[in-house]
Amino acid sequence: MLVCFQPPIRMLTSIAQKFKISAIFETRINGIYSILIAQIIFIILLLVTGFLFFRKAKEIYQNIQLGRAATLNNTGGVKNMLLLALGQKKMFQNMLPAVMHGFIYVAFIITQIELLEIFADGVLGEHRLFLKSFGDGFKGFYTFIISFIEILSVLALIATFVFLARRNLLKVPRLVMPEMNGWPKLDANLILIWEIWLVVHIFLMNGADAALHPDKYNFAISANFVAPLLSGFSDGTLQFLERWGWWGHIIGVLAFLVYIPYSKHLHIILAFPNAYFLDEKPAGKVDNMPTITNEVKAMFDPTFTPEPVTDTNGTTQKFGAKDATDLTWKNLLDAYSCTECGRCTAACPANQTGKLLSPRKVMMDTRDRIDEIGKGMQKEGKDFEDGKALLGNYISNEEIMACTSCNACVQECPVTINPLDIILQLRRYQILEAAQSSEEWNVMFNNIENNQAPWQFSPMDRDKWRTEI
Amino acid sequence: MTELNIPTMAELLAKEKEPEILFWVGCAGSFDDRAKKITKDFCKILNAVGIEFAILGQEEACTGDPARRAGNEFLFQMMALQNITTLNGYNIKKIVTTCPHCFNTLKNEYPELGGNYEVVHHSQLLQELIDSGKLKMQGGGTFKGKKITFHDSCYLGRANGIYEAPRAVLQQLDADLVEMKRCKTKGLCCGAGGAQMFKEEEKGEQRINQLRTIDMMESGAEVVAAACPFCMTMLSDGLKEKEHQAEVLDLAEIIVSQNQL
Repeated sequence: MLVCFQPPIRMLTSIAQKFKISAIFETRINGIYSILIAQIIFIILLLVTGFLFFRKAKEIYQNIQLGRAATLNNTGGVKNMLLLALGQKKMFQNMLPAVMHGFIYVAFIITQIELLEIFADGVLGEHRLFLKSFGDGFKGFYTFIISFIEILSVLALIATFVFLARRNLLKVPRLVMPEMNGWPKLDANLILIWEIWLVVHIFLMNGADAALHPDKYNFAISANFVAPLLSGFSDGTLQFLERWGWWGHIIGVLAFLVYIPYSKHLHIILAFPNAYFLDEKPAGKVDNMPTITNEVKAMFDPTFTPEPVTDTNGTTQKFGAKDATDLTWKNLLDAYSCTECGRCTAACPANQTGKLLSPRKVMMDTRDRIDEIGKGMQKEGKDFEDGKALLGNYISNEEIMACTSCNACVQECPVTINPLDIILQLRRYQILEAAQSSEEWNVMFNNIENNQAPWQFSPMDRDKWRTEI
Repeated sequence: MTELNIPTMAELLAKEKEPEILFWVGCAGSFDDRAKKITKDFCKILNAVGIEFAILGQEEACTGDPARRAGNEFLFQMMALQNITTLNGYNIKKIVTTCPHCFNTLKNEYPELGGNYEVVHHSQLLQELIDSGKLKMQGGGTFKGKKITFHDSCYLGRANGIYEAPRAVLQQLDADLVEMKRCKTKGLCCGAGGAQMFKEEEKGEQRINQLRTIDMMESGAEVVAAACPFCMTMLSDGLKEKEHQAEVLDLAEIIVSQNQL
């Protein structure tokens, strides 16, 4: 089996030699001049990708700021961040995906140690700087750490293939629903393929190093399983392969960094603030609307002087939400934190019985709409208007009318997103601003107003049951 | 059966008496035939254990829950402020209700509008009475050896984290308590919440209560215990449609039947 890996490696080597690009990679043997070139290329790459990442991150931050103020009374703060984001507490409602996701997650976190060394090496033109600077006494510990990373990387690789299979072969229902067609499906697969790329290259790098210096690098996986594959190659080829692995990995990492904010994969970052800002109110509590409290109080008592209701940007707040900008910034942070896993939709009673509503789609629509508004504002300024709205162009009335407010979606979300909050704000707009209520609900409203009950019974009969015993 | 003693707050006030607890009956409990039976059974239990309670009677009004969930915040607040005025007027401290929707609204949504009360659901009060020994379940009876399952109401369970109290009550029976495949945090809605009770369901392949009926039937339970008047309607309709013999009973009905109150 091992032999089958050799032809592609040989092919890479010959391509590299043909195009004479090996000079860039073989920095370590060609002296100070090429080391410098490699350093400069690396630093430029770092700066360019860093710039691209922060530019998009800033755009997302500004888009989230387009939401109105949120009333967060009892945020869990750091505790929730540690439990829910770092500890992934809610993932463990579902064991197989939790463990598989855990492999990738832990591998990702621990790999940062090796990545840090790769960054340091790249900038300083060094090779395995950590090992070099701490001396031989550190070698055992270094080998342990890298071996640990390697074992986790293998587990992550297995998980990646399991995930690819779940999406493309097993077609787990929640992963292949209509809203996943097109870009969302490609996005999910790209991330997984990227993962494979990163792991393969780190093993190529470590394996080539182990083959070159069996005495020096004795890492658990690469020394025992990758180096034997490469044993037939010359030192020059091995050095080239080591560099190929190094550059392939770091370019993969930097490209991924640029890609993340364009992708659903942004959850790896935003899960943290989203857990931090989670309001720990009882799930059944719906947010109050103080402006309406003032109106109702004034209606009951003409002498009532309302307390001023503080608003976000001094703009008049709509009753409910029609567009993404009418939602709170927390709703928008929720939307950007969504990784489209679909646990919400799989648990939604309306969706399970064939209704149009999908809480995941509500989140994806919200994100896509605020993204669209943000882009529009970049071009045309704050007054951007495209005649579209979240409600109507993205989310239909039929979708929000199907919700039973059962909180299953809220319960399921591993990154504590609340689709129900958005649905209820859209319903408020329909009733309070657009006066678009169903006939049946109008009857219910009239009954409550006139009979103090949702049905048409006389309030005088409310305690009649006492006499019916 | 002795005459039930169900005074209103106004009647107690006339006698210069204050109840230990206010029983919030709710609209379903006041008007819906099936729910009225649960209301009466709960009163029987309260009388039997000697809790001094009262109802608001005609002064009670819808909490506004369906209006708020449907998006009609204006109507919700009208109802809420009206009810809070009534409740505060009687200096109410503690409320019990058999409806999880009323429970959620009174407990979680009235405080920021000026209504602060200790609110318990009847499943919690029943558990409390059992724990303190005031309510003793008789042995044997009709539930002995029967398979009973509990359907979690969304507004009791996920909305307020109350999963154990109703089960603790059922554990007092000599019955075989089984769980449906979807229960507790994963419990499936009956289809009535979010003001769906007052409209037809949107277009789909089936109704939500039809899906839940499959869960109930698969559990093999002969009795489905419920703790919400809306769930009661939805679950009963679902089983009736399938001509399934399982019976849906509220916790209060089960206790009354077991203890022959």
